[in-house]
Amino acid sequence: MPDEIVLTVNGKPYTVKAAPDTPLLYVLRNELGLSGPHFGCGGEKCGACMVLVGAKPELSCHLPISQIGRSRITTLEGLIEDGELHPVQQAFIDEQATQCGYCVNGMIISTAALLWKTPHPSDEQVRAALDGNLCRCGSHLRIMRAVKRAEQLMAELEAK
Amino acid sequence: MAKQSRQGSGRREASWGQVSTWLDDWLAINPDGTVTAFSGKVELGTGVRTALAQIVAEELDLPLECVQMVMGDTDRTPNEGYTAGSMTINSSGGALRNAAALARRILLERAAERLDARPEELTVQAGLISLIGDPKRKVSYAELMGGKPFEREVTGEVPLKDTKAYTIVGSSTPREDIPGKVAGRPSFIQDLRLPGMLHGRLVRPPSPAAEFISMDENSVASIAGIVKVVRRGNFIGVVAEHEEQAMQAAENLNVEWREKASLPPMQDLFSFLRSRPTEDTRVVEEGDFDAAYKRSTRHLQATYYQPYHAHASIGPSCAVADVKADQVTVWAATPGPYPLSGAIAQLLGVPAEKVHLIHVEGAGSYGQNGSDDAAADAVILSQAVGRPVRVQWSRQDEFVWEPKAPAMVMEAQGALGAQGKVVACDYQVWSPSHVARARAAEQLVAGQLINGRGSSHFGWSFGAERNAPTNYSFPNQRVTVHYIAESPLRASSFRSLGGAENTFANESFIDELAAAAGADAVDFRLRYLVDERARAVLMAAAEKAGWDTRPSWQGRQDQIVEGRGVAFAWYENDQAIVTSIARVQVDTSSGVVRVKRIVVAHDCGLIINPDGLKNQIEGNTIQSLSRALKEEVQFDEMRIKSIDWDTYPILTFSEVPEVDIVLVNRPDLPAVGAGEPSTTTTAAAVANAIFDATGARLRRIPFTPDRVKQALRDVRG
Repeated sequence: MPDEIVLTVNGKPYTVKAAPDTPLLYVLRNELGLSGPHFGCGGEKCGACMVLVGAKPELSCHLPISQIGRSRITTLEGLIEDGELHPVQQAFIDEQATQCGYCVNGMIISTAALLWKTPHPSDEQVRAALDGNLCRCGSHLRIMRAVKRAEQLMAELEAK
Repeated sequence: MAKQSRQGSGRREASWGQVSTWLDDWLAINPDGTVTAFSGKVELGTGVRTALAQIVAEELDLPLECVQMVMGDTDRTPNEGYTAGSMTINSSGGALRNAAALARRILLERAAERLDARPEELTVQAGLISLIGDPKRKVSYAELMGGKPFEREVTGEVPLKDTKAYTIVGSSTPREDIPGKVAGRPSFIQDLRLPGMLHGRLVRPPSPAAEFISMDENSVASIAGIVKVVRRGNFIGVVAEHEEQAMQAAENLNVEWREKASLPPMQDLFSFLRSRPTEDTRVVEEGDFDAAYKRSTRHLQATYYQPYHAHASIGPSCAVADVKADQVTVWAATPGPYPLSGAIAQLLGVPAEKVHLIHVEGAGSYGQNGSDDAAADAVILSQAVGRPVRVQWSRQDEFVWEPKAPAMVMEAQGALGAQGKVVACDYQVWSPSHVARARAAEQLVAGQLINGRGSSHFGWSFGAERNAPTNYSFPNQRVTVHYIAESPLRASSFRSLGGAENTFANESFIDELAAAAGADAVDFRLRYLVDERARAVLMAAAEKAGWDTRPSWQGRQDQIVEGRGVAFAWYENDQAIVTSIARVQVDTSSGVVRVKRIVVAHDCGLIINPDGLKNQIEGNTIQSLSRALKEEVQFDEMRIKSIDWDTYPILTFSEVPEVDIVLVNRPDLPAVGAGEPSTTTTAAAVANAIFDATGARLRRIPFTPDRVKQALRDVRG
């Protein structure tokens, strides 16, 4: 029988009826109607399904909902505040840092987490932070430019 | 080489469309002043939706935001066949440009009547036509049309806007799809949800030739939400209320299969391909190769190998179908909505007009991935349960069942004469067809699993001749394409078809000739490159890369060595012109190749959107580098063994080089496609750079550390 589990997603509590071993990804997409996190490999190898659990980027394609507890989940949609895109999202537009855009969810989530922890990362730190996020279109260089741009935008916001 | 022979090689994949000349099929002026433009092509993640809108807005003198594109819908858009071969800007863009020019002419004529003036006394700004010098006398496009259609034929006789007056085309207009994608708004077929929709997953046979024996439905009886287990022949799918239930059922369903070895041993792939019966075409024959070759005493021969590659879309294929008694609706990331609707009609045994196919964007496909097959799977499952069904392929479904880029063998022979001049050159390629598009039920995986596999050849050998001829003015040259009737692994279109593999071989071989002649690789190419435009691209790349003129290799024996390599291609011999120059570092003890920088010079005529173009070139360069360094589909005689990102690794952030692009804009020349050309030159540029660094020739893709070490042993002992 499905259990009732309370999840805090993008700042709101949701009571979800699902088996406790249901991976978070399917609850986010199909029960909560979110489209940010994507199914990419189902094997925690590509990063398309990333979400923030607290401030940590996590792969949601295997993560059972029963293991989340009271942690706050933020998806790509949840980075938007009062209708304003998060600086990382804005930076990806500024740099036109996608081709097909299917992987962009994981790229933005990884970048946001990186810049919270390391506001001024080196090139090596950026590459290392994104190494688990696969992109098939070859947008890597644009994505790295978007990380630099986001770093700037966040520093400007900080200065205000 | 004679121009005639190049054109005789069947230049590009036919689109199988039936393109309309009826203006209203392309454009509608809406009562609110906006314009809807219809294209039968689809957005495959390259930004063509924005580029086409730019073309329409430019020709109609409208702000870009007033143009809305409707693409790839069998009820609404023209039949433009497949989106393939970097042809969208040429064909759909060209058609829309002509349609918009005619629409503008008609609107000007009507305005002249309404304003009691001559058309040449009028000016257009943002969809408002007014009298020059008297802006109060004005009328809008919307007022002139009153919501009615044009009812006119596009003849292509109306003069087009002078490209010098362009303000929208040629600017780096941001892509309209990106804001939605970065905000997580539903953008992909994977995000489509219909009321009452069920979820389907597939239980594919474990190997291509496996036969169904039996299954035990009790093995999934305890899983909640299962609506139906559907089996037809070797086709099995499960449909459930929730996605995770369908996944779990697909994983747990106990099925017994009889497996059969149907593939050649992987280590014998290339000799197997060479041993197959072929259909041969001589695509270039100039002078007398045999005589010239015999006269020379300096001969070179080399064989190059291309393994099977996977498209490896980052999002596995997905489709939604709603099969009702009188109407079938399918949403799919297909590159060919019209041809697929025909194949699906055939699969269901219904008339083609009953199938409404709507393209919805998927993850990048770079050719034919599993999208069409997923659509057929969704149709079969929806038919079985009488409700809309969304089918999501697993990662393994995609790797195993998507059609691959075919494996190929390329053989070159050349002869040098006095002063190291090329006096004869022969090139032969062995390849299965690069095109097996889903035009019929038997070309879809579901069709094959339900009705039996049959042949893998669909009477259409195409793509291996692409860039088999070069644009070098060698005397006594000969090019032959040997088509192998059946591909051991299912194969179909991947970016540039045979263009990338032929360019890898041709551009490696000219490098071998240059090295044998003791010549610099750029200088040597320039000797045989007559066309000024082509020379300009090669020289632009050399300048940007800071090319140091000297022969390769310099004989260095250090453990860590660096080198640079060049490769040139004129895509399809008359489309975009590309040169790539790679700088690599090779660790000769580990065999690891680090590509540090790739410079690409690119001329595709008139540039529509410079930033969009750069995005394509960067993407092509990085993807083709991944293919050259890492990719090879693994299989044994029974099964395909590349099933996930561990067994089919691709390039990651830490391995991506710097890419510097030189755009050569030619506003005087027509825009040609840029989705593929720069995918062709990377592998040879890298292989040539490895040679320049180490003296070792890499003639087989991918250039893995083991292969590099083997090649080093061959030269260093």
